[in-house]
Parts: sequence; structure tokens; C-alpha cells
Amino acid sequence: MVSKTSFAVNIENLCFHYPGNSGVTYDGLNLKIAEGERFGLFGPNGAGKTTLMNLMTGLLVADKGTVELLGHKIGNKSKAVNKLFGFVPQDFSFYQELSPIENLDFFGAWYGLSRKQIAHRSAELLEILGLTDVSHKAVENFSGGMKRRVNLAIGVIHNPGILFLDEPTVGVDVQTRHAIIDYLKQLNKQGTTLIYTSHQLAEAEGLCEQIALVDKGEIVREGKLDSLLEEYGHQDLEELFLNLTGKDYRN
Amino acid sequence: MFKLWASIVKDVRILLRDKVGISLMFIMPVILVIVVTLIQNSTFQLMNKNKLTVVVCNQDAGKLSKQLTSTINKIGMFKVVQAASNLNEQQMGDAMHNADAMLAITIPPDFSAKIEAKAKSSSNKALKSFGLQADSAKEEKLTAPTPLILHYNPSIPESIRFSVNGALTSALQIVESRETLRTLYFAINEKEMPEKLEQEMLNGKAEIKQVPVSKGGSITAPNATQHNVPAWTIFAMFFIIMSLSGSVVREKVSGSFIRLKTLPTNFAVGLLSKQITYLCVTLFQALVIFSLGLWFFPYINLPALNLPADIFGLVLVTVAVGYCAVSYAICVGVFAHTQEQANGFGAVSIVILSAIGGLMVPAFAMPGALKTISSLSPLHWCIEAYYGLFLEGAGLKDVVISIIPLVGITFVFQALTFIGLKRKNLI
Repeated sequence: MVSKTSFAVNIENLCFHYPGNSGVTYDGLNLKIAEGERFGLFGPNGAGKTTLMNLMTGLLVADKGTVELLGHKIGNKSKAVNKLFGFVPQDFSFYQELSPIENLDFFGAWYGLSRKQIAHRSAELLEILGLTDVSHKAVENFSGGMKRRVNLAIGVIHNPGILFLDEPTVGVDVQTRHAIIDYLKQLNKQGTTLIYTSHQLAEAEGLCEQIALVDKGEIVREGKLDSLLEEYGHQDLEELFLNLTGKDYRN
Repeated sequence: MFKLWASIVKDVRILLRDKVGISLMFIMPVILVIVVTLIQNSTFQLMNKNKLTVVVCNQDAGKLSKQLTSTINKIGMFKVVQAASNLNEQQMGDAMHNADAMLAITIPPDFSAKIEAKAKSSSNKALKSFGLQADSAKEEKLTAPTPLILHYNPSIPESIRFSVNGALTSALQIVESRETLRTLYFAINEKEMPEKLEQEMLNGKAEIKQVPVSKGGSITAPNATQHNVPAWTIFAMFFIIMSLSGSVVREKVSGSFIRLKTLPTNFAVGLLSKQITYLCVTLFQALVIFSLGLWFFPYINLPALNLPADIFGLVLVTVAVGYCAVSYAICVGVFAHTQEQANGFGAVSIVILSAIGGLMVPAFAMPGALKTISSLSPLHWCIEAYYGLFLEGAGLKDVVISIIPLVGITFVFQALTFIGLKRKNLI
């Protein structure tokens, strides 16, 4: 049984570099994200957002320091901690040949759910995300928006305590974006901590209460979105973002 | 266990929707086994059952050429078709074509005269050596006999041509010996040799008794089916590499793999699921091809497959072959970076391993160095075990010697897969 702590994510003295220093380098990063927050991680291209998210989800292993999710260290040989979070990557992370329900059957089982739990949650999620009518059709024939919803459904099938979202609404229409954001807020109300990254700053403003701006492997600024806007005298997140990260092109 | 089951269900669903993969795994080998067996069966029949049609163009008016034709007929290997005696090269080709013959013989005009002269000469020499008076007539100077001409279709296998040549030489010897014997008898007794004595002297040869040798005492004659069904079953089982290694690579390079790595389940469960799923596929392939040999082949005038007496041995060998094929495919999939790499390398490697393993040309017919290399191919041990069961009537205990190296090679593939996955932090 995994016990809860007041922090959903607790990163201490995190050091990481890619082989040959080919990408962003973190050198002694510290970050705490409280449970139940809607946390936004923003930064220009190549700032290190995806690297940080991969370190938090165990896809990358830190050279030094610790990453704890709900009080449990990630990166151990035991994968039990992986039950605590869900991950919605930017790429479509499912089997395109299978239908939504078949994908949920498989990923639900691999998250450790029982047959009954999978059936219950699948029906619930497909209904919420408007996929019931197409639940038995192969995903490969779906539109981009429908695939995004399938991607999200798989990430939350096990009711995770933390949900990592990497550009969950990229390439979708306004209706789908609203539906996804509304559902994420609903999830958060039920207690799921959201850790979200995106370049859609207007969308992020509507979702995130707490933000961190990352650049060149460092957290440039972190805090409540409202307080930061007030502190810097900006109207919106985009102005604040440009102020803190500059207007130069990033590769 | 439920995770493994869910994974197997997922793999089966994906497999069933992969129409191209299924075609490669089932339809292609079925076509291959039927076509190759039909082709090889016609060669087997050419050698074993059907008589070879031979067009004979006899340009000689003497009695010995007729005796030769009759002797060729009696060999039992040929069906003689007489052609006109004045055919040229072009007309001979047409006559072969019209008679659907792969062979033709031209008997030269002086055939009888030359043999009679040689017989007379031999007879005189023999009489002189006995101290008897030879024929006083002036001996003609002997010249070399004009050769018989054997025309052949270039597509006829060399081995058949050699057999035909041997049979014709034998027929020629019979005719020559008989004539020498008759001439000698006549010179001594001044009367024709009695036919009974002639038969006794010419036909009283020691016989050759043929005894089939098999481990289990089976005397089933090998045929195209017994050779091809096991061989192409192995090929089909290993050809699942096209679907399986592609599936492993597809999973690795697709987005689903990112999520799989964040799940609380080890990727090894996924690989175990693929092993079980595709092992079942290979067993099903074997079942389909063996069933084809058993029940469908007789409908297309091919010999029916004779299953080995040791069915348990057959099942066990098939499982060993299937598991080796699956292990190889997964190993290739783990190390390949793209599906193109896996498919290209997979297909070419299976063809090479088949060739050096003895599926296409028997290993015993290979040169020395290749024979050694052959033993490195898993397919070599597969075919050895199957041939032991299907052709030699062997049981499981007899083919264990082939299964042990096969299991060893499978273990190497598994170990390489483990190393590959460890290096990539996947398990």
C-alpha cells in the first residue's frame, strides 16, 4: 500500500546530462509540487521540459539526486511506484491497429487493474470522452482529436494520483481542446495532481494555477500564476513567458 | 498472469489484423510447398516410376542394331519410339519434340558390320590362344566402331544422363558379348549356338539385392512429399521473422513503447507474450502444412505425407523448431533499429540459413567447409531431426542428437536478446 505525503512530486538536487552533453543538462535542480495542484511546466524549445518530465516518469534516470512521487522514489528496480501516475505523452502512445476498448483492456491490465475494474473504467471513460460509438473501431482510422482522447483515456484508466501531460491538446480542434481541458479539471477536482506542459499558453492559463518556467536546464521562475503576473505587471502568461525567457529563436 | 493473458490477447488481435503478415506466414509457404513438391515429384517420377521415352533412329540394316533396340527396350527404363532411319539433326529434334522425349539415339549405318567384324576378330584370337585353327579367310583390318549418338534435352538432370549412359553401355556390352560368343561357338562347332546355352551364359549374372536401411525398420520409399513437407515447414516457421521481428521493432519505435516503459509491468512480460503467441503460430503453420501433405496432396496426384510413427517425437521436435524460430525473430527485432532493417535482414538471413542448413541442397552434397558452416545454422538441425523422423523412421531418442544443438542455438538467441534488452534498459 502506497501512503500519501503532502508532495505529489519532490525533486531534490537532480543532476542529469545526456551522453556527450548532447542536450539539456540539469545541475542540482530542486522542485516541489503539492498534491492536488494543477501545475504547468513551460519553456521554449530545448529548454528541458520533456527531459524533466521524462526524469519524473522514470523514462530517464538521473545521474544524481532523487525524484519522489507521492513519497516514493522513482528509478528503483521495483516498478510499483509506476502505478501512482499516469502519462499522456505528446506522441500517440497506443496500438493503432486496436480499438479504444482493446487498448484500454491491454493497458488497464498492465496498470494492474482487474478485468472488472477495466470494464467499469473503460465504459466510464469512453462515455466521458465521447468515444462510446467508436469504441470497437480501429484507432488508426480516427481523426487527430479522437486519437488524443484515446491517448488521454489510457493515461487515466487506473485513476492515477498524478497525471503527466505532455502537449495533450496539440493538433486538435477547439471542441476537443475544451472537452479535454474540462475533463482534466474534473479529474483534478477528484484529487489527481496534474503536471502539464504545452506551448498553448492561453490554454495553460485556463488550466494551471501553479507554474514553473524552465530554460537551459534551470527553473527561471516558479509560483502561483496570478502572483507572478501581478509581480511582473503582465496581462497574460505569454507576455510573462517572453519577458523571462527572451525573444531569441530557440532550437 | 492476467497481464500476460492481456498481452497475448493484444498480440493475437494485432496479428489477426496484419493481413500481409498472415499471408507471408501461411499462404506463401503453402504455395511454396505445393509448387516445389509438384516440381520435385515429376523428377522423382521421371527417375523412379515413369519410363524415359527414347526416340531411336536406326540407320543400320543389320540384325545387331535390332538386337540393341530390343535390349534397350528390355532394360525397363526406357520406352522406345522408332523413328525413320534417314533423319538429320534438325529432324531428330522434331521427332524428340513430337514424341515428348528427352532422349534420342542414332545407331550408325555400319553398327552391325563393325560389331560382327570385332566379334570375328576376337573369336579368331581366342581360337589361336586355344591352339586351334582360326578362320582361314583373310582377316579384315579392324577399325574403331562408329559411336552411337545420344541426343538429349539440355534440361535433363546430369544424374539422369549418367544413368542413361550407363544403361546404354550395358545394352551395348550385351549385344557385343552375345555376338562374340555366337561367332566363337560357330567357329568351334560349325553350328549355331543353342539359345538355351546362350541365355544361360549371358543371363546367369549375380543379382543385386536392394535393401532399404532405416532406423525404425520402416521401408517407406522417400518421395517428394516426404522431403519437401518437413523442409518447407521449417522454412515457413522461420519465416515468421517477417511478422514477429517487425512487430517487436514496431512496438519499440512507436509511441506505445514510451507508455509501456512507464507502466508498472516489466517489458519481459510483453516479450514472453510474443513468444507464446508466435510459438502457437508456428505450431499452427506445421499443422496446416502437414494436413496439406496428408489430405490435400493425394487430390493433386502427389504422394500423401506419411507421418512418423513417433508422433510424440514429431510434436516435440516441432515445438523445438518453432521456439528456435521465435527466439531468432525476437532477437533480430530487439537489435534492429527500423522495421526495414528487421524485414530485410530477416528475409535474407532465413534464405541464407536455409541454404547452408541443407533445406535447398542436402548438406551431404556440400563441400567440406560448407558442411562445417552448415552445422551453425539452426535450420540444419531442424531438417536433420525432421528427416530422421520422416525419412529414416527414427524415434525421438534417435533425433535427440539433433535437438540438443538446436536447443543450444535457441539458448544463444535468448541470451543475445536478454543482453540487447539490458543494454537498452528495457528489462
